[in-house]
Amino acid sequence: MLIPHPLLGLRDAQEFVYLGDASLIERPDGMAEGAPRAFYEYAYLRDNPTGVHRELWFHEQGDRSWLIVTRNISTHEILGAELARDVALKSLDDKRKGGAA
Amino acid sequence: MRFSALRVIAEGLTGHRGWGPLWRNPDPKPEYDYIIVGGGGHGLSTAYYLANTFKQARIALVERGWIGQGNIGRNTTIFRSNYLLPGNEPFYEFSMKLWEGLEQAFNFNAMVSQRGIINLIHTDGQRDAYRRRGNAMLLAGADAELLSRDQVREICPFLNFDNARFPIKGGLMQRRAGTARHDGVAWGYARGADQAGVDLIQNCEVTGFRIENGKIRGLETSRGYIGAKKVGVAVAGMSGKVMAMAGMRLPIESHVLQAFVSEGLKPVIPGVITFGAGHFYVSQSDKGGLVFGGDIDGYNSYAQRGNLPVIEDVAEGGMALMPMIGRARLLRAWGGIMDMSMDGSPIIDRTPVEGLYLNAGWCYGGFKATPASGYCFAHLLATDRSHDVARLMRLDRFESGHVIDEKGVGATPNLH
Ligand SMILES: Cc1cc2nc3c(=O)[nH]c(=O)nc-3n(C[C@H](O)[C@H](O)[C@H](O)COP(=O)(O)OP(=O)(O)OC[C@H]3O[C@@H](n4cnc5c(N)ncnc54)[C@H](O)[C@@H]3O)c2cc1C
Repeated sequence: MLIPHPLLGLRDAQEFVYLGDASLIERPDGMAEGAPRAFYEYAYLRDNPTGVHRELWFHEQGDRSWLIVTRNISTHEILGAELARDVALKSLDDKRKGGAA
Repeated sequence: MRFSALRVIAEGLTGHRGWGPLWRNPDPKPEYDYIIVGGGGHGLSTAYYLANTFKQARIALVERGWIGQGNIGRNTTIFRSNYLLPGNEPFYEFSMKLWEGLEQAFNFNAMVSQRGIINLIHTDGQRDAYRRRGNAMLLAGADAELLSRDQVREICPFLNFDNARFPIKGGLMQRRAGTARHDGVAWGYARGADQAGVDLIQNCEVTGFRIENGKIRGLETSRGYIGAKKVGVAVAGMSGKVMAMAGMRLPIESHVLQAFVSEGLKPVIPGVITFGAGHFYVSQSDKGGLVFGGDIDGYNSYAQRGNLPVIEDVAEGGMALMPMIGRARLLRAWGGIMDMSMDGSPIIDRTPVEGLYLNAGWCYGGFKATPASGYCFAHLLATDRSHDVARLMRLDRFESGHVIDEKGVGATPNLH
């Protein structure tokens, strides 16, 4: 599999380490009410869908950035890749805006 | 119809005209007391023990494709009971005992062959770990022997004992471990279940659950609605997708594992050998092919095939361990979808839906569990109590903290 790295172009998937479902960047708030339950769900439960899956890949043998790769896991076709940092910052931004409104 | 040597001779003399199909091909009835979902090894053995051992009736098994199309027909056929933890080892030893009487019990030749397994030791630390594991096995009533380097050399003279990085220092041997013919196991259980009155319904995909007031009523399938008092799900790699239809998220990810077979060779590998420094294991089938494998590919997958990097990694492991393997040609490679759980151990338990039960999370080691998994799942379905050896294989253990993590790597399914 070749991963289209947003900064480095097509890179062999072998250069990466796999973590799993991209929702893992949305870590629950440890101080919130119901945190133990939220952390159990965060750490252990997965949607594990067929078809399109967004997932975290770490470019360990490259520029050491985390990517969010969108992949059809029923066919191994790679549909796109973004920097996880961009996705996380955008989600934070959206939350802030949501909070202000 | 019973199989016997006499029968084989009689059929041989009369042109083999008396053999019939091994099981019926019934249409679904409107309702059953029990429906097992999934016609793999675990579903079939569950149906078999439910009918034969627990004397239940009105049982159906529904399979999306045909009997044995899944992992039960894709694995490398090794069975062993060399686990460490109390949540696992008694269960796998129970399975070993069932393997030992299996062919007599279901009157079918599954080619169960207790040819032994050796886990190789390459460092002092590994020897300590295997000594501890061997003792845990003995405590659970299994057999285990620590072999010296010379004892290993006697059994497997062809190994690379003096590899500069990974010299072989000894091995942990379980002589009762071995291999079986995986298809034969599926067919034997299917035939045994059918003879006890179970309806094996093929080409019948479950597409939904009918649940009312938190209680199971029946299944929506590609062959129409079928009512059921109790439903047991054993769909291995498809567990996440099937249980999502009941509104459940599982502590499971689906990953692909590959296996490889070489051209047929004269007998050379005496039993099962596992490399302790990389992930590589090998045995030899009765047809002569070397059967080997290694790690899962490491990313979520529902494609029943893997990628080349793992093939390279497995080949490298093989070359490091037994350089002569480089002379053999690879004949076939294929993949199967594994239900990788968050602690590497399985789940045999009830679910929050009354009457709906789950058997899943077998990772890449569920073939050896086929007899015990079916026995314990049938016990749970019939009596509503966990069998003693499966009582720690609970669905809620991740929330309560009672994980059964043999490798101690935590919630990283691709590392188990
Ligand atoms: C390459 C490879 C090597 C392996 N080697 C070993 C080994 O050496 N030793 C060992 O112990 N284990 C091994 N395993 C693991 C073992 O094969 C599995 O853990 C075990 O077979 C899983 O249980 P099963 O037989 O019930 O699964 P399967 O045979 O996969 O059965 C599940 C069934 O459910 C059906 N199904 C799915 N969805 C639906 C639906 N919606 N409706 C109806 N039916 C459905 C599927 O079609 C399938 O037939 C290996 C696996 C692989 C892939």
